[in-house]
Amino acid sequence: MTQILMPALSPTMEEGNLTKWLVKVGDTIEPGQVIAEIETDKATMEVEAVDEGTVTELLVAEGAQGVKVNTPIAVLSGEGEQPSPLPRGEGAAQRAAGEGRSDVRMTESARPADRPSPPTPSPQGRGGLIPQSDPEIPANTQMIKVTVRDALRDAMAEEMRRDDRVFVMGEEVAEYQGAYKVTRELLQEFGAQRVVDTPITEHGFAGLGVGAAMAGLKPIVEFMTWNFAMQAIDQIINSAAKTLYMSGGQIKSSIVFRGPNGAASRVAAQHSQDYSSWYSHVPGLIVVAPYDAADAKGLLKAAIRNPNPVVFLEHEMLYGQEFEIPDVKDWIVPIGKAKVRRQGVDVTITAHSRMVGLALKAADELSKQGIEAEIIDLRTLRPLDTDTILESVRKTNRIVTVEEGWGQSGVGAEICARVTAEAFDYLDAPPTRVHQVDAPLAYAANLEALALPSVEKIVDAVKAVTYR
Amino acid sequence: MAKGNGKQHSAEASKDELLQYYRDMLLIRRFEERAGQLYGMGLIGGFCHLYIGQEAVVVGMQAALKDGDQVITAYRDHGHMLAAGMTANGVMAELTGRSGGYSRGKGGSMHMFSIEKAFYGGHGIVGAQVSLGTGLAFANKYRKDGKVCLTYFGDGAANQGQVYESFNMAALWKLPVVYIVENNQYAMGTAIQRSSSETHLHKRGISFNIPGEEVDGMDVVAVREAGRRAVERARAGEGPMLLEMKTYRYRGHSMSDPAKYRTKEEVDDMKAKHDPIEHVKKLITDAGHATEDDLKAIDREIRAIVSESATFAQESPDPDPSELMTDIYIEA
Repeated sequence: MTQILMPALSPTMEEGNLTKWLVKVGDTIEPGQVIAEIETDKATMEVEAVDEGTVTELLVAEGAQGVKVNTPIAVLSGEGEQPSPLPRGEGAAQRAAGEGRSDVRMTESARPADRPSPPTPSPQGRGGLIPQSDPEIPANTQMIKVTVRDALRDAMAEEMRRDDRVFVMGEEVAEYQGAYKVTRELLQEFGAQRVVDTPITEHGFAGLGVGAAMAGLKPIVEFMTWNFAMQAIDQIINSAAKTLYMSGGQIKSSIVFRGPNGAASRVAAQHSQDYSSWYSHVPGLIVVAPYDAADAKGLLKAAIRNPNPVVFLEHEMLYGQEFEIPDVKDWIVPIGKAKVRRQGVDVTITAHSRMVGLALKAADELSKQGIEAEIIDLRTLRPLDTDTILESVRKTNRIVTVEEGWGQSGVGAEICARVTAEAFDYLDAPPTRVHQVDAPLAYAANLEALALPSVEKIVDAVKAVTYR
Repeated sequence: MAKGNGKQHSAEASKDELLQYYRDMLLIRRFEERAGQLYGMGLIGGFCHLYIGQEAVVVGMQAALKDGDQVITAYRDHGHMLAAGMTANGVMAELTGRSGGYSRGKGGSMHMFSIEKAFYGGHGIVGAQVSLGTGLAFANKYRKDGKVCLTYFGDGAANQGQVYESFNMAALWKLPVVYIVENNQYAMGTAIQRSSSETHLHKRGISFNIPGEEVDGMDVVAVREAGRRAVERARAGEGPMLLEMKTYRYRGHSMSDPAKYRTKEEVDDMKAKHDPIEHVKKLITDAGHATEDDLKAIDREIRAIVSESATFAQESPDPDPSELMTDIYIEA
């Protein structure tokens, strides 16, 4: 004997009307045969039999209203029927309707109090992301001057020499030598198989890159600028960042997406956007945004070796800047570790990418006025090195965050929230943010300057929190 | 599961092959019927897209593959997984969101994978799998490993931009990929005539120099033959082909779709005259390869496998709460 239960025809259906029986007692039915019609407030649907057998009883009359899901509606018997593993009868139906169903829903709503609560995620993220310190630079190491552009190129070249799974693809990366010359001479050394010019097709080649990564290669996908990667953001987030989780750990995407991010100079709103907060919102991604050449090189090498998808945000205005970089073999900077670039006792300033330079200049100005600022270069935005920030704030009792992007839901908003939650008692002034004004970036030189953070704006913010 | 042995075949199929196809297709149908039932009982949540009616496509294409060749598809994926040799238990337990599922309950109906069986998902964004599959083929060419990637999509995805971005690169670089558009004639509720300016989807590769072929997707042997031609071409380094499988889904787009956008007569006509399983059954009985009783016995075996999967899927425990925060990052 098999009971046929009132089925749910949608994720939210709780009851329905049995409008019509298409079989009667004594009929023999086959799997797939339509046996009844059911109506909900949204639709009318057919009920198909799963088991074969003979209808021995119809438990709910035609026309019945408000029949609860999982109520037995008919009884079936059949010779040679397979013993059914499905829960049958009243108690079983309740299990299906109650316990089973709520289990399925559990992911959508708050967990009931009697369920064990999930482990609290550490602010550092999970395994593998516990930051280590920068490598020691041996005494007598020569420091050489290198542009950020060449540091990035050298990082790619070194990793391509080391691992033949690493390849670079993007628009104009090969024959043209890179739209910003970051991939200069890579084609000559590694050939067209590993330095791949793509059509102008961001969505397509980002997805292709993720597919190649899923198959075990280690692509470096260059976006001519991150502005164009909005065409590809679905593949970066839905495919690269989430598939490890959705596959229960089976499908890995070791891939670096890189390119210039943020405002260049007078290129207007569509070509000037800062995506720091966008990508740092997403679990499954690592987000890196270096300032100087040593970090650009060391972090890009770390990113290429990292088994996770990495969003690597460069800055066009930094490409041509020279910095000193230690002349050591295999210079690697750990992901997930901020760097204190200037020590100070009066205020903590956080910044990343080009804003670090502005913050350092502001600190010089402030020092002349007797205010010593501690500058933290975030370097990695996800996982964010909260410990280094908190340690500094507990010393200075004040924080000013600086970022090139908009304020709402920004990197600074996140840092201020964490500082307020975890160092509230140490604060002597409200956490304060410096960021782009809440408007698309203008083309006109004066308006552009008004919109973006500046040394003056940082100085003013620091004076406000130090009550000067 | 059925795999090609590399020998040349005529359009005929042997007794063993036909019986294998019958078995494989029946497993998908019975599995999907049971999945529909478990959904009705509230044991499967969210979205659930059934493959009933389209079984000949995946079973025929799988028969054209060699071990190691990859398969990737969108969210109507249960049939592809079973055809690729993934277990009914693992798939059904993922549908119920339990720890015994292929993604340990974290993916659900639309997101399952098996590296072992070279099945790369199971993707929920319409068209995304086409770029990803093209990337799998890129890796095959990069490594020169001789593998081919089957990349499936539906008639709905055929209007997504990244499909054509991928076509362009695959043809430009002669990647070993076979594109299979499963044209079941409805993109959710929109008939192809209402969504597509060119409804003969096998022509959609012409401007990329991708040859296309229309195939009777209800005839498993025809699918296999077209599949072999396309797979051999791709493996030989001649680039992609686009196979348009004319097929039909009997059920709604998902479980919650009453399918009022088409007539009952249309559905009944497909079931009565073009059913892919009845077709192969007729080939078998007409040739005297097996009797009705033999086939009933196969049906009983399949039912036992499916019943066991339903039991497993209900008895398998919920994922441990610790699973909430695993598989987000890989340890460096």
